[in-house]
Amino acid sequence: MSVAARARFTWGTAAAIPLLFLAIVPLQKAIDSYPSRMSAPEALWLRSGAFLKAISMGYDSLLADIYWTRAVQYYGAQFETGGAQFPELYPLMSIALTLDPRLTVVPRTGSILLSEPAPVGAGRPDQAVQLLGQAIAANHDDWQLYASLGFVYYWYMKDYTHASQVYLEGSQYAGAPVWMKGMAARIAELGGSRDTSVMVWSEIYQTTSEPRARENAREHLMALRAQADIEALQKIVDNYRGPIMRITSLQDLVEDRLLPSVPVDPAGVAYVIDGWGRVGLDPASPVRLDILEPTKHDAAAP
Amino acid sequence: MAGTVAINTFREAVRDRVLYNLVLFALAMMAAAVLVGQVTIGIERQVILNLGLTAISLIGTAMAVFIGVRLVYKEIEKRTLYTLLAKPVRRWEFLVGKFAGLVLTLAVNTALMTLGLAAALFYVTRGFGRADVSIAVAVYFILLGLALITALALFFSCFPTPILSTLLTLGLFVAGQFSSALREYGKLAHTRALAVILGAIYYLLPNFHNFNAITAAAHGDVIPGALILHNTLYAVLYIAVVLLGASAIFANVNLK
Amino acid sequence: MRLCTPSDSGVDLARVNLKNTIMGQPAIEFLSLTKDYPRGQWKRGVVRSLDSLTFEVEEGEVFGFLGPNGAGKTTTLKCVMGLIFPTAGTARVRGRSIDDVQMHREIGYLPEQPYFYDYLTARELLDYFARFFGYGVAERQERVAYFLERVRLTPFADVQLRKFSKGMLQRAGIAQAILHDPQVVFLDEPMSGLDPIGRREVRDIILELKEKGRTVFFSTHVLTDAEMLCDRVAVLVGGKLQGIGSPAEIVSIEVQGMEILCEVGPPRQLPAGLAERATRSGNRYRIQVPEAQLYDTLAQLRGCEARILSVAPLRPTLEDYFMRLVEHPNQAAVAESAGERA
Repeated sequence: MSVAARARFTWGTAAAIPLLFLAIVPLQKAIDSYPSRMSAPEALWLRSGAFLKAISMGYDSLLADIYWTRAVQYYGAQFETGGAQFPELYPLMSIALTLDPRLTVVPRTGSILLSEPAPVGAGRPDQAVQLLGQAIAANHDDWQLYASLGFVYYWYMKDYTHASQVYLEGSQYAGAPVWMKGMAARIAELGGSRDTSVMVWSEIYQTTSEPRARENAREHLMALRAQADIEALQKIVDNYRGPIMRITSLQDLVEDRLLPSVPVDPAGVAYVIDGWGRVGLDPASPVRLDILEPTKHDAAAP
Repeated sequence: MAGTVAINTFREAVRDRVLYNLVLFALAMMAAAVLVGQVTIGIERQVILNLGLTAISLIGTAMAVFIGVRLVYKEIEKRTLYTLLAKPVRRWEFLVGKFAGLVLTLAVNTALMTLGLAAALFYVTRGFGRADVSIAVAVYFILLGLALITALALFFSCFPTPILSTLLTLGLFVAGQFSSALREYGKLAHTRALAVILGAIYYLLPNFHNFNAITAAAHGDVIPGALILHNTLYAVLYIAVVLLGASAIFANVNLK
Repeated sequence: MRLCTPSDSGVDLARVNLKNTIMGQPAIEFLSLTKDYPRGQWKRGVVRSLDSLTFEVEEGEVFGFLGPNGAGKTTTLKCVMGLIFPTAGTARVRGRSIDDVQMHREIGYLPEQPYFYDYLTARELLDYFARFFGYGVAERQERVAYFLERVRLTPFADVQLRKFSKGMLQRAGIAQAILHDPQVVFLDEPMSGLDPIGRREVRDIILELKEKGRTVFFSTHVLTDAEMLCDRVAVLVGGKLQGIGSPAEIVSIEVQGMEILCEVGPPRQLPAGLAERATRSGNRYRIQVPEAQLYDTLAQLRGCEARILSVAPLRPTLEDYFMRLVEHPNQAAVAESAGERA
């Protein structure tokens, strides 16, 4: 080729390549849209963390990072397209933890993803307990692990005895915040009280960095607050001995000066009262009380 | 012209005794077929397929990388290119021919290994069903992936740095396997700029994960025809990009 | 097309016809061909490997390209082949630019120290290269067989090239260069590494090509071969063309002299003046004198009854000319005008 022809070819190619990439992008998007069975990243071949550690030739902490990354990626992929099934989540996390027992982000964030019921998580608090147990065995003085474990017992398993014990144990280690001991006492005394729950969820919200877990905590806090509001409002309605025969709207209470204004839920939507005099959330509100229902355990074997 | 070069490249690979790996593979598959019945219950088919398809993919990848990065480099080093370029053949025709020759080699290799796999599968399951069509699709996808790796290896082969070329090709392969993780990170990222950058990198990297239908084949899933088409188009386009780039670079190289 | 006249006796008809077919166009033209290389690792400044190389080679010539190592001979050939790209200038073969890939149909090339695909046999190699020229299967096989025979490789046709000796490889290389019957053949050091038989064969092939009217352009160190084979030569030193012309014309610049070989036995002796200038070995003396003094010297020798063994002109060799150019480039007279064929 002559100099001119070569220059044309070179520059022509340089121009053509980005154009071709522009065509590639929508193709890739189309491919990504297929169900996860096709594009799921998981063929978890080596299930034994111990074996992997043995063959990792000293690069185990890097491998741990990779496995944790895979776990996060897996979670994300399954969340989007996996129909809310997370069968490989625990194995991935367990392997990561075996490879690097000090990678405590794994049990702390992972326990929430494992415990939350579908569609947010795997609905397997028992696996979360196992994972945290594995972590505590290697990091027995890390108070955050106890806090996480206590939370799982408390919220997901409603096992107040163990929750209290765990909070108490964790409270004695260096760096443990003041409220842990108090929490142990409260739980022992009051079981599943709402204030305790609020404290516990607040702690989660402030310390977790995984966005979905954080969002989840926020929703729980809003629900708890709404629950408290509704109970208080219900009391007011039930004790009403005013001129109106039957209260059909909270506006009536306002007019009767029992309330300064129609109260709104944490999402800013006004509470409503139904035909039977029961105070509740406006159906249009994003706050949901059903997430406060007792968790069902999935006792299927891993 | 390119076809002539391709056939010669194929012939070189055969004479290089590269295809002897098939013997090893066949033996390994036979051993696996016999052993699997002793070791597990109920998932013999899955194990054979997972093992076999992964082996086909890995062996093919190794061949594509290690032969590919030497495709052009060897001809420059050994100066066999001198007499060749004195013939009426254009440099890009030479590149395309080398590419086609190696892809042909890989195709033959893969096909023969698949036969071995089918034999082992038959031994274990005593029959083929409709679910097994997905195996053929999985193998086709593997071949698409191998063609893409070959193109990348060929690209790096134009540079006189065989070790670096090998590392870069392998690196791109690994990155391409995990590129979807990048996208996930992008979604978790706190700044929009980072999310955009990571997203761009995701689309730029060759996505080898597209070609992994091993799990689907192991479970006998039906793979939609549209996905087959999309994957094929993706491979064709990306390979075109790489070969164009290689041609542009090679057209300007002064051969020592 | 020029018609042949009776005065063209002795001139090969085929050669004349071919020479004038393309209206007097040269077979090869170099037009200010220049090649620079970046100097060293950090690319500051350049090394000029070829400097505005400009000359022509006529159709049907056997042209020798001479120069010391590193002069740029191989660089020139690589430019023509499109293996490297000139910094400036260009070249043409039979009117086609070196940028034109179709030009390669008309040329053959044998690189210095050729390497071939060592997993192929000789036959397969020739067959492979033949495929680039679009021959049918039968014709390809015929050509391959013919040229294998021509370079005496038929007994080894099905042996892998990795088992070939250097000489055999060289022969295979020549075969691949000419099997498509190119009009212009470029050979880079075709005799190197060959034993005398091999060199003789290569010379024969070159002469045969010349007889068929082909143009042969070859670079060599072996000046006696150049003297013997070439119609014209060019000398390249340091990337610059130092001289071009037929060997005879080039060396005719040298001062001629005569050399007398004689024998003087005792008790007779050479005259003192001659004895000083003579080289002696036993009773034999070798005396070099300027041509003008030849008869005087012979008279002196007759006077001492010396036995004259031989009288021969002192023929300066191409080597002398060459060495002078190499040692003092740009100072030798350049016989450019003499380079035009009579």
